[in-house]
Amino acid sequence: MTNTLIIPASERRLNNYVSMEFTFKNTLTFAYRSLVKGFKNPESFADVVIMPVMFTLMFTYLFGGAISGDVTAYLPIIVPGILMQTCVTGSSNAASQLREDMDKNTTSRFKSMPIARIAPLAGILTADLVRYAIAGVITFAVGALIGYRPPAGLFAVLACILFMSLIAWCLSWLFAFIAMKVKSVAAASSGAMLIMFPMAFLSNAFAPTETMPSAIRFFAEHINPLSKAVSATREILAYGTLSSDFYFALLGSLAILAVFIPLTVRAYGKRR
Amino acid sequence: MTITTNSTDCVLAVEAHGLVKQFGANRAVDGVDLEIKTGTICGVLGPNGAGKTTVINMLATLLKPDAGVAKIFGHDIESETQIVRQLIGLTGQFASIDEELSATENLRMFARLLGFSHKDAKVKADELLDEFGLTEAANRPLSKFSGGMRRRLDLAASLISQPPLIFLDEPTTGLDPRTRAKMWQTVRNLVQNGSTVLLTTQLLDEADQLADDIVVIDKGRVVANNTPDGLKKSIGTASLQLTVKNPDDAELARAIIGNLLQVNVQIAKTSELSAPMDSADKLTNVLDALKDSGIQLYEVNVTKPTLDEVFFALTGSGSVGDNDNELAYSGRSNSDSKGLWR
Repeated sequence: MTNTLIIPASERRLNNYVSMEFTFKNTLTFAYRSLVKGFKNPESFADVVIMPVMFTLMFTYLFGGAISGDVTAYLPIIVPGILMQTCVTGSSNAASQLREDMDKNTTSRFKSMPIARIAPLAGILTADLVRYAIAGVITFAVGALIGYRPPAGLFAVLACILFMSLIAWCLSWLFAFIAMKVKSVAAASSGAMLIMFPMAFLSNAFAPTETMPSAIRFFAEHINPLSKAVSATREILAYGTLSSDFYFALLGSLAILAVFIPLTVRAYGKRR
Repeated sequence: MTITTNSTDCVLAVEAHGLVKQFGANRAVDGVDLEIKTGTICGVLGPNGAGKTTVINMLATLLKPDAGVAKIFGHDIESETQIVRQLIGLTGQFASIDEELSATENLRMFARLLGFSHKDAKVKADELLDEFGLTEAANRPLSKFSGGMRRRLDLAASLISQPPLIFLDEPTTGLDPRTRAKMWQTVRNLVQNGSTVLLTTQLLDEADQLADDIVVIDKGRVVANNTPDGLKKSIGTASLQLTVKNPDDAELARAIIGNLLQVNVQIAKTSELSAPMDSADKLTNVLDALKDSGIQLYEVNVTKPTLDEVFFALTGSGSVGDNDNELAYSGRSNSDSKGLWR
C-alpha cells in the first residue's frame, strides 16, 4: 500500500455543485469510453455501415421508376431521405444501448461519484455522432456510385452530414428518455421503434406528399421536423442555400433538447 | 459555494438516525441508527437480506431514505449530496468495473472522471495496479480475471480519489481464505493511512478480526451495537453443541445447561442442543452436571459460534435463512503491508 496519508474530510475543499467546465470534461470522458468500447467491438458499427447501403440501393431501384420516372431523377429525392432515415434509426438505437448500460453495476459507481449527473448519458449520445457521420458518408458514397452528383458539391455534402448528425443527436435525447422510463432493453428498443417509424416514414423522405391522405399529408408537411430536415438537406445539396426549413428543423430539434434533457437527467438521477 | 468545515474536534465519519427504506411491502431498513468515529472500522454484520446493502446505498447517495437523517463528516446526505460523493468510495458486492475495458483503461477513465489530467490519471492507474498486484494483468481482458482480481480492481477504483470514508459491501464474499486474509490486511492499511471504513459481512469472524465496532442488523433493525469484545461477552466465544442419546432428555438437558451457563439453549432435531459459552473451560461443569442427572450423550462439540447462534443469543430466535454458517479461517495475517498483493 502507498503510505500517503488520507487528507481528512475537514481539510478538503468541497463543492456541492458541478461546474459547466467539469460537466463538459466528464461528458468527453464518457464519449471517449463509449468510442473505445465501440472500436473494440467493430460489429457494433455494422448497422450504420450496412443499412445505408441496403436502403439506398433498395429504395432507389424499387421506387425510382414509379415515383420519379427513372432512377437518376429519384436520387436527389431519396439520398437525403435515406440520410435522415439512417441517422434517425441510429439515434433510436441509443434507447436500447442506454438501457443496457444503466443495468450494469458500473452505473452504481458513476452515481456515487462526484461527477456531473448528465455526463454518462451525454457521453454515450455524443459518441454516437461518429456513427451518424459514418452512416452519412456511406449514404453519399453509395449514392455517388449509382450516379448521384449533388450540384452544390462536396462542401454541401459535408454540411448535410453535419446537419443531419446534429438533428439525430437532438432526437436521441427523446430516445434516452424512453430508455430511462422502461425496465428492459426489449421495451426500450420497441418503444423507440414505435416513435422512429412513424417519424421517418410519415414524411417527405421517400415519396412526394401530394398524393398522401390529407391528415398524413398535413403531418408530413407541417408538423414532422424530419420532413423539414429532409427538405433543408435537399435544398443545400441542390443550391447550396439555407431555406426556412433548415431553421424550422433546427428549432424543432432544439425544442426536443430543451424538453428532454431535463426530463431524462431527472429520470436518470432519480433515487428510488 | 465552497464549504470548508473547519474543526479539528472529532467529527463523526457517519452519523445516521432512524434510517428507513421501504421496497413495496418489504421494510428493508427499519429505523437504523449508526455512528462511526473517524479513523475506525465499523463492521455491519448480518445475514442476507438483513438490509446491510440498503444502508450502504443510502449512505452512498444511491438510494433516498424514506425517513431518517444521515450525515457524512457532518454533511447531510440529502442536501449536500455532491459533497458527500467527494468524501466516499464505494465498493459494492458486485464488481462495478467495465467488462469491455482493460484494468488500466478502467482506472484511467475513473481518474479522468474525477478530474485527473491525462498524465496524472496514467500515473495514478499504474500506481494502483502495482499496489494491488495487477500490473501483469493490466491489459488483459477482464473476462479472464478471477473473482479476487475483480474485487481488487474494484477496490482500487474506489481509492483513486483517496476518499476519507470507504464503504465495502461484503468485500470477501466468495474469496478463498488466503485472498481473504490479504483483503483484511488491505483494509487495515486503509485505516492506518487515515481512512474510515464501513464494511458489511456475513462472517462473525471477519467482523471480529477487523472491526473496532460491530453493528449487528437483522430484518432492517440494529439488534446489537458493541465492540467485538463486548459482543463476544454477550454471546460467548465458543459454541457448545451436544446430542443426547434419548430425545426425551433434551428438555431436561436444556434446563440444566441454561441454568449453568445462564444463556438461551436452542434445540434442533429433537435431540441436538446448542448454546453459547463464554469460555470452553465450562465444558467440564456442563458434562459433570449432565452425568449427575443421568443424561447420556451421543456427541459433544465445542466450536466457534456461528452467525445463526449469534442471532439466537441476541434475538432469542434463529433468523438466518440461507446463511451457510461457514466461518472463515481466523488466523490474523502477518503479511508485510508492502507488496501485499504482489
